[in-house]
Amino acid sequence: MDQILIQTLHGLVNGMVLAMVASGLTLIFGIMDIVNFAHGDLLMLGAFVGASVLGVTGNYWLALLAAAVVIAVLGAALQVTTLRPLIGRDPLTTILATFGVSLVLQKYALWQWGPSVRQISEPVRGDFTLFHLQYPWYRIVTAILAGLIIAALWLFLKYGKFGIWIRATTQDRVMAQAMGIPVPLVYTAVFAIGSAMAAASGVLFGPFAGVTQTMGFDFTLRAFIVVVVGGMGNLGGSILASIFVSLLEAYAAIVVSPAQAVIVSFIVLVLTMLFRPTGLFVPTPK
Amino acid sequence: MLVLDNVDAHYGKSHVLHGVSIEVRAGEVVGLLGRNGVGKTTTLKAIMGMARRTGGRITFEGRDLHGVPPHGLAGLGIAWVPEERRIFRLLTVLENLRTGLDRPGVTPARREELLEKVYAYFPILKERRNQAGGTLSGGEQQMLAIARAMVLEPKIILLDEPTEGLMPRMVAQIQEIVHALHREGVAILLVEQNVPLTLDAAGRVYIMEKGTVRHHASSAELRADQRVIHEYLGV
Repeated sequence: MDQILIQTLHGLVNGMVLAMVASGLTLIFGIMDIVNFAHGDLLMLGAFVGASVLGVTGNYWLALLAAAVVIAVLGAALQVTTLRPLIGRDPLTTILATFGVSLVLQKYALWQWGPSVRQISEPVRGDFTLFHLQYPWYRIVTAILAGLIIAALWLFLKYGKFGIWIRATTQDRVMAQAMGIPVPLVYTAVFAIGSAMAAASGVLFGPFAGVTQTMGFDFTLRAFIVVVVGGMGNLGGSILASIFVSLLEAYAAIVVSPAQAVIVSFIVLVLTMLFRPTGLFVPTPK
Repeated sequence: MLVLDNVDAHYGKSHVLHGVSIEVRAGEVVGLLGRNGVGKTTTLKAIMGMARRTGGRITFEGRDLHGVPPHGLAGLGIAWVPEERRIFRLLTVLENLRTGLDRPGVTPARREELLEKVYAYFPILKERRNQAGGTLSGGEQQMLAIARAMVLEPKIILLDEPTEGLMPRMVAQIQEIVHALHREGVAILLVEQNVPLTLDAAGRVYIMEKGTVRHHASSAELRADQRVIHEYLGV
């Protein structure tokens, strides 16, 4: 029983971080039909930028903000230089392009920060006792913060002028243009927002496991799984799927080792593709 | 104001428009008649930069539209009401209108005025303002599509088959709104299959066949001599 409660908490915390990563990915896919294989690497770069700023200033919250801003600018520049020229081409070309960007970003990180693991020390110290376990407060703070950031994104999309532009463009790009919405700018902005969310997730996640230049791939993969399971381009679906898959993994870890528990998410992915290819959390097809 | 001069257009690989020349002067309602598939909709899409123009020139107030990005046309004063209406289905009625209202240079006061104006024309939209666009009936969606174009404060509206598939009561309402827009001085390029409505609303009419303009006359002339209508439209 203790185990189940602990793993529920664990699954929820991981799920919230994953939801933050996936919401950026799904937003980009929904509006541009771009499968961004560099998403996890933007997260990794964000974590490195955060670690560096933290090293210099000693202020975690400043590091979080700086990482989001720096990676947003980088994301916007990437979109303008690499992806904008490919709009309207075969989706395969954008997949290859983002895959290439992913490799470049990884090698850049290796060159800039070296192969060793960087630590980001958590801003909130202390544990609380959960049954036989000392559970760090920082994980709880992370989950709440991720929840707040996702809620802010949702409010922005729902009520902001720019949010309406984004949603209109997602639904009908041609009509959005006819209404005078500057669609190329919307694309770039969405890419920047998605990148910033990834970078912030990287800084939030950093204290859990350290920062390495290969940490991105794992996140790209896991974010993809939940984006597909939740329904491509469906923000709410991706968030629910993140929590769902993370909880399943956490429960599976009770029975098998955590490394093997990852298999559960792949099983969910395959089953979803087989029986519900539009996604588990899509009530009606768009 | 809007001049199409010998325009050729391709849709994919097929050559759809062959030397179309049309002019709409400021404040004028001009009809574009023809059977299905003669290129009326493509003519409007060529103006909007959505069909590949392969020859000729399209100018608006003397400015060549070639090179104007698709999202720049609304700012010049060109609004488009497509045949399929293309309501943003998951956006509410008010959000649909906001896509045209939230543009630079519109003060909050002006915004309210524009909203009140379209709500006065289409009270049903005010009633349904918080409902998703996709849940409206066909006629309501058509009203929303026209209202959405109106809030752009356009100089010309490209109106593509606004009465298609609507009940007679709705058709009458659309006809009224075309008259009202005309009185306000908005030019309209009206693509229609409904001949009586077009002859009533428009001052001049172009008749298209096989991707080109075959006939051009005032509505009065066409009303007096219906042979042309019979010949090209078979009605």
